[in-house]
Amino acid sequence: MAHGGGGQLTAELIAGVILPAVGGQDPAALTDAAALPAGEGTILFTTDSYVVQPLEFPGGDIGKLAVCGTINDLAVAGACPVALSLALVLEEGLEIALLRRVLASAGRAARGAGAAIVTGDTKVVERRGEPGMTVNTAGVGHALPGADLSFTRVAAGDAVVLSGPLGQHGLAVMSRREGLGIAADLLSDCAPIHELTAALVSQLGADVKWMRDPTRGGLAATLAELAAGAGRNVEVRQDAIPADPTALAAAEMLGLDLLTVANEGKLVAVVAPGAAGRAVEVLRGFDIAAGAAAIGTVGDAADLPLVEMLTRAGGRRIVQMPYGEELPRIC
Amino acid sequence: MSATSAIRDRLLAAWARLGGGPERACQIMEVCGTHTVAASRSGLRDLLPEGLRLISGPGCPVCVTDQSYIDRAVHLARRRAEVTVATYGDMVRVPGRDGSLEEARAAGADVRTVYAAAEAVALARRRPDRHVVFLGIGFETTAPGAAMAIEQAREERLTNFSVLSSHKRLLPVMRALLAEDDVRIDGFLCPGHVSVIIGSAAFQPIVARHRVPCVVAGFEDEQILLGVERIVRQLADGAPAAENVYPPVRPEGNPIAREVIERVFVPADDRWRGLGDIPDSGLAVRETFADFDTARRFDLPPEESYELPGCRCGDVIAGRLLPTDCPLFGRRCTPGSPVGPCMVSSEGSCAAYYRYHYRGR
Repeated sequence: MAHGGGGQLTAELIAGVILPAVGGQDPAALTDAAALPAGEGTILFTTDSYVVQPLEFPGGDIGKLAVCGTINDLAVAGACPVALSLALVLEEGLEIALLRRVLASAGRAARGAGAAIVTGDTKVVERRGEPGMTVNTAGVGHALPGADLSFTRVAAGDAVVLSGPLGQHGLAVMSRREGLGIAADLLSDCAPIHELTAALVSQLGADVKWMRDPTRGGLAATLAELAAGAGRNVEVRQDAIPADPTALAAAEMLGLDLLTVANEGKLVAVVAPGAAGRAVEVLRGFDIAAGAAAIGTVGDAADLPLVEMLTRAGGRRIVQMPYGEELPRIC
Repeated sequence: MSATSAIRDRLLAAWARLGGGPERACQIMEVCGTHTVAASRSGLRDLLPEGLRLISGPGCPVCVTDQSYIDRAVHLARRRAEVTVATYGDMVRVPGRDGSLEEARAAGADVRTVYAAAEAVALARRRPDRHVVFLGIGFETTAPGAAMAIEQAREERLTNFSVLSSHKRLLPVMRALLAEDDVRIDGFLCPGHVSVIIGSAAFQPIVARHRVPCVVAGFEDEQILLGVERIVRQLADGAPAAENVYPPVRPEGNPIAREVIERVFVPADDRWRGLGDIPDSGLAVRETFADFDTARRFDLPPEESYELPGCRCGDVIAGRLLPTDCPLFGRRCTPGSPVGPCMVSSEGSCAAYYRYHYRGR
């Protein structure tokens, strides 16, 4: 199970088993979406599968998640989302009413993002327990003019910008799944971020170096990926990270490190040193990024790049790629 | 000035009064998995003056559990087709002789993660065709839940639920640590959650007998620093005491919770990783609840202790060794491929040091 956690083990599975079999790519250069030349321009193409349990959770459902997740992968690759496929694997016994709700939600999310669901597939399989569903979405978009995003552009002194508070999605899902009362007020932050990314690219141009949406593995996984991909140390300040007091309290009660909890509507952007202020201002113009802030800096190149956080208390800790699944503590 | 820096200033003042420094060092031990994680995650150790160390003791429930317990759990999972093993998440990854519970699950065994004993009872209720074995580990914080689960199961006349108890009691292990003379303990930072149950006054006999400060603290940055500050202040004043800075804790604790524990469990001698047999340090299921005691319901392999080859978890748990001083740390033993429970468990010392401090060198 830990191989699906989005952290180190997932990376090992991809590098060690999947890539060698399908051929070619350097694991270090993997991006969320593939860029394919298409006539004059570039098409970006991505896919993702969604297996969230429960299917409906505070703030969203698997339909909304599947659409937003793929739109966001295109967005952080510097694309304007155009079209999506939607493939469903439904388990026998799934309520039609639930299916309708989830599909309506997917449709709304796609329309809201200006993307069309243009093709799909449906299969039905035997149930594994509570009847559930698996959704796969693939998405295509066209590259935004002026978008030039890659690890190689990231340089010492660049600012790391985060669009809002952490952990809302992971905690909301966990709370509903396990019947925990503590995060009862929390809504998943599930949302498309393509407007944020398009605004940054259009207003900052080449000053935007790299972007990611911190999903499974949380901000920790994204920062670890940044450090490893750019081959540079990264430093962040805990007190600069936007906070949602409810999420913070819930995470503390469960003994979870909020940095490792999943998000589904957040953006991490690396921008040129002088552009941090502008980036934050641009982002704060959007409701879903009202709490945007510059949280850290890219440092020197290093053989063993580390992400270090200056803690609230004034000490230091390392931020590592999470190992597998985060499990709440015992007592 | 932040609350933390105000507390730190008072700590430095008390430390100066004590004459503390590299030549006059001081070691405070915490005995709670939550404190272990918080101490590392918060970066608080960087705020402590030179010579003042906060070390971890046997506070991680998974880590202090003897190897034989894991082997018994894996035996049940693998060899008894009707058994569903219900456990707290961390237990699944601890390696035993026959692999871990996680490996057993991947091979087809029914192993489920639960957050509380009540969930395990609910599972038994829903699935009369399965026998649910709940792995009851933890200190006085989790024991009441397990006790209530057993009473609930009896009330519902469930015949398919039992607890494999390896619950531990805090005070006996604190005494055992003080009796060993290979670890310097100048003060105890006492666990907030356990103290809610046993009460802050429970530490008075230890203070009286051993003249060691015992301060109960919660888990936020200010709480831990405040606990440390109070210990140092007591040392500077030469007046060790049982003190509490955690608001939810009362001197008398929670008598009702303790009654629940006493109805179902009885103190028993128990074996701790790294510390051997400690009298009355565990909780065994009472005879009257024999039907809900896994050890009586099933023919389990004999309890054979052993150390995992090369593993120094026992020494880390007893405070004799810092994780970073273990020869395997960061080399053969990492969260990705752990040798022992201190690296596996999210509350283990080694996992905390690795996650929050390891710089790969």
